[in-house]
Amino acid sequence: MTVKTKKFRPISETSDWTFELIEKYHSEIERIAKNFGLSTYPVQLEIITAEQMMDAYSSVGMPVGYSHWTFGKEFVKTEKNYKRGQMGLAYEIVINSDPCIAYLMEENSMPMQALVIAHAAYGHNSFFKNNYLFTTWTSADSIIDYLLFAKTYIADCETRYGEEAVENILDSCHALKNYGVDRYKRPPKLSLLEEQNKQQEREEYLQSQINELWRTIPERTEPARDKTSSHFPSEPQENILYFIEKHAPLLEPWQREIVRIVRKIAQYFYPQRQTQVMNEGWATFWHYTILNQLYDEGLCTDGFMMEFLQSHTNVVSQPAFDSQYYSGINPYALGFNMMTDIRRICETPTDEDREWFPDIAGSDWQTSMDFAMRNFKDESFIGQYLSPRLIRDFKMFAITDDDKNRQIEVSAIHNKSGYQNVRSILSEQYNLGSNEPNIQVYNVDMKGDRSLTLRHTQHRRRPLDKSAYEVIKHVRRLWGFDVKIESIDEKDKIVKTYECSPSIS
Amino acid sequence: MAQIVDRRLNGKNKSAVNRQKFLRRFRKQIKKSIENVIAERSVTDLDKGETISIPKEDTSEPFFHHAQGGHRDMVHPGNREFQTGDKIPRPQGGTAQGDGSEASDSGEGEDDFVFELSREEFLQFFFEDLELPNLVKTKLSTITETKKIRAGHTSEGNPSNINVVRSLTGALGRRMALRGPYKKEIKTIEAKLEDLLKRHNETDQIIIDLRDRIIYLKKRIKRIPFIDSFDLRYDNRIDQPMPTTQAVMFCIMDVSGSMGREEKDIAKRFFMLLYLFLTRTYEKIQVVFISHHTIASEVDEEAFFYSRETGGTVVSSALKLMSSIIQERYPTNDWNIYAAQASDGDNWHNDSKICVDIMNKKLMPFVQYYSYIEITADRHQNLWEEYAGIESNWDNFAMKKIEKISDIYPVFRKLFQKRES
Repeated sequence: MTVKTKKFRPISETSDWTFELIEKYHSEIERIAKNFGLSTYPVQLEIITAEQMMDAYSSVGMPVGYSHWTFGKEFVKTEKNYKRGQMGLAYEIVINSDPCIAYLMEENSMPMQALVIAHAAYGHNSFFKNNYLFTTWTSADSIIDYLLFAKTYIADCETRYGEEAVENILDSCHALKNYGVDRYKRPPKLSLLEEQNKQQEREEYLQSQINELWRTIPERTEPARDKTSSHFPSEPQENILYFIEKHAPLLEPWQREIVRIVRKIAQYFYPQRQTQVMNEGWATFWHYTILNQLYDEGLCTDGFMMEFLQSHTNVVSQPAFDSQYYSGINPYALGFNMMTDIRRICETPTDEDREWFPDIAGSDWQTSMDFAMRNFKDESFIGQYLSPRLIRDFKMFAITDDDKNRQIEVSAIHNKSGYQNVRSILSEQYNLGSNEPNIQVYNVDMKGDRSLTLRHTQHRRRPLDKSAYEVIKHVRRLWGFDVKIESIDEKDKIVKTYECSPSIS
Repeated sequence: MAQIVDRRLNGKNKSAVNRQKFLRRFRKQIKKSIENVIAERSVTDLDKGETISIPKEDTSEPFFHHAQGGHRDMVHPGNREFQTGDKIPRPQGGTAQGDGSEASDSGEGEDDFVFELSREEFLQFFFEDLELPNLVKTKLSTITETKKIRAGHTSEGNPSNINVVRSLTGALGRRMALRGPYKKEIKTIEAKLEDLLKRHNETDQIIIDLRDRIIYLKKRIKRIPFIDSFDLRYDNRIDQPMPTTQAVMFCIMDVSGSMGREEKDIAKRFFMLLYLFLTRTYEKIQVVFISHHTIASEVDEEAFFYSRETGGTVVSSALKLMSSIIQERYPTNDWNIYAAQASDGDNWHNDSKICVDIMNKKLMPFVQYYSYIEITADRHQNLWEEYAGIESNWDNFAMKKIEKISDIYPVFRKLFQKRES
């Protein structure tokens, strides 16, 4: 590190914050971040109260959200936990928008505010702006407008069609929201004005398409097609909500629009679900680096640093698997350590690092980290950058849990023969594609009872949870006719069928 | 440069709508939980919010996910002694399985979703679908209070009510109006001057006169006062009669030796409930406490609930007292009268007949509702038998028996159930 040059006086001595201080700290943090080459959206810091933080919390961080009981449920839960002191409210909520909005809670001390500014307003912000998933899949400049459109539209539907009808549709859509994502195709940009203008048009067009698809008058000119050619859709569709929006026979136009809204919002959050480790790791790495720089320049006091370090240490702690506090791998811990490790490999590589990471060992750390941040998601990031050193530090081990065996087997540990295995298994653990059941729209009985068949392709024989029976009721509500799910194993044999009884609608 | 926005003054109840939606959706479960809770509440905190727990599965939202089973590889941190190839027995309950199962170490059972209701919400649920019967029988409202409401502006009033904007607008108008003629004249003179100056010198008398005239006129303009006393406008507020609803609640309790601590506690809870309920309907409520053994007396709350007397029981003494209090202080066409009587039902045996007589003639015609609760674990006592006759004659009389604390809530609900009309 650089030699301590005490040319500045600390910005503040006490832990109280004022607007002036926030501005001073922010401009120093901004300067340091720019020096490190972070490229960000403009920053908007909003001071809010604890209650407002709970509001933001319960609407999954959306600054404007449509209303639904599930957000109310989140709210009462958060409120209870907060009031009982079981949970400190998170210091930060940051919104992937342009300008990037970061919330500062008024109860926090000055060091915490500085931590949040560095973490959220510069760490997350630069990740949002530059990571390929975010740049491809989300439109930071228009999300707020779209959410506003969604809120008004749904409130409008409530007055027009009744709260219960809207709630039912939303319930059903929420059950499928993880299946409303285009995984391979970039969705078109959102724009509020366009949305509103197009929405009417779309309603009419869609309805006419549906009518075309489901026409009941037989077409005389066309000879009756045989069964195989009438397979619809011709290819399995993974975006179930999209399929429903476009093809469900009985939905009203406004219901289709609501399906679309849930789908669009799920799409917006999809990159966040795929980059939790990287995103948090990146932000944590930068708050750590920036605040240390602040300290090295003599801009903050020892007390400031102590408070910051204490909270930082809490955030990146990783309990062992047999601890009562263990609930899986802490993305902050893994992410932060991996980011720090990349810098280490660049700056002071060992022979082992040179062997494992010939490309980056000894390279410029800022360039290498920037590259890593831009071009990966959790799965590929871990597959690429998890080093043997870190596997040893975390004492990672891999287990194989197969229901055909009575016992669990330890398949790899942190030794030479195990590194590669541990790395690829951990990487796979962050692959949403295999974490979530693979369920696709398989067939619609166009000629017969219009029933919809979904196919669940089992991944390593893992079965669906029984909640599938509940979800299927929701699919049925949207589709309007019978729905069944077929689970097929790796040899394409149907091993289980889930159906919903037709009486429930 | 970052923008720093202070949002603290923005509405903080953004989630209120969602909260209401949540409460509405789970009203059935919440009500059930309230019924359980109410039995355990202590006398004094009926007026607080409540912690509600409802089954977690009811509030969960389903989504597709994997169940246990199949083949699964996982990485965990913190290895101590495992070597490659070690076999470990499969942990039961699956808490160490990472995602999917939520390990909960908190005090509450994992099966319950627990949250807090505010006082308002609690009372809302508590009194839902109860009503005060016979609301319309007597005149509902008496005009005893007035409310100040805005009624335009006046030119006279109290300095604290000066409406600055109105006053200044008036002053501005007045100044413009008064200035008008002078300004007009100045303009014409100036035009004339310009014209004359082509032919005359500054020293000519006619020019001097005109100049003087302009100065004079400008002085006049200056003398117009910026604000005058008749510019002043005052906000006018007038008294509007406001109908208020008022009720008096008579609490009658037997404090004879046969009423123990526990019985009194039950009675007190019942009275509290009734009081809370009345406050939801009436703006002003007075409570009259009458305690009796062989003689009745009007007492304060403290004495009512905590003093202890001994001796026999003459219920009619209390009824007589109530009747006279009504005649003295609560004219029946101005007051809605409610009464709740609690007793263990043990009465001096000749007295019960007298009671019925007083009730029929002096009380029942005037009260909105009279409820009697008999607090005893035994079979019905003699007062009950006599009151049974009143119940069949009067719509606004109800009686129920309470044996233990947990009966209060159901009994209360039965007494004030909404009736199909």
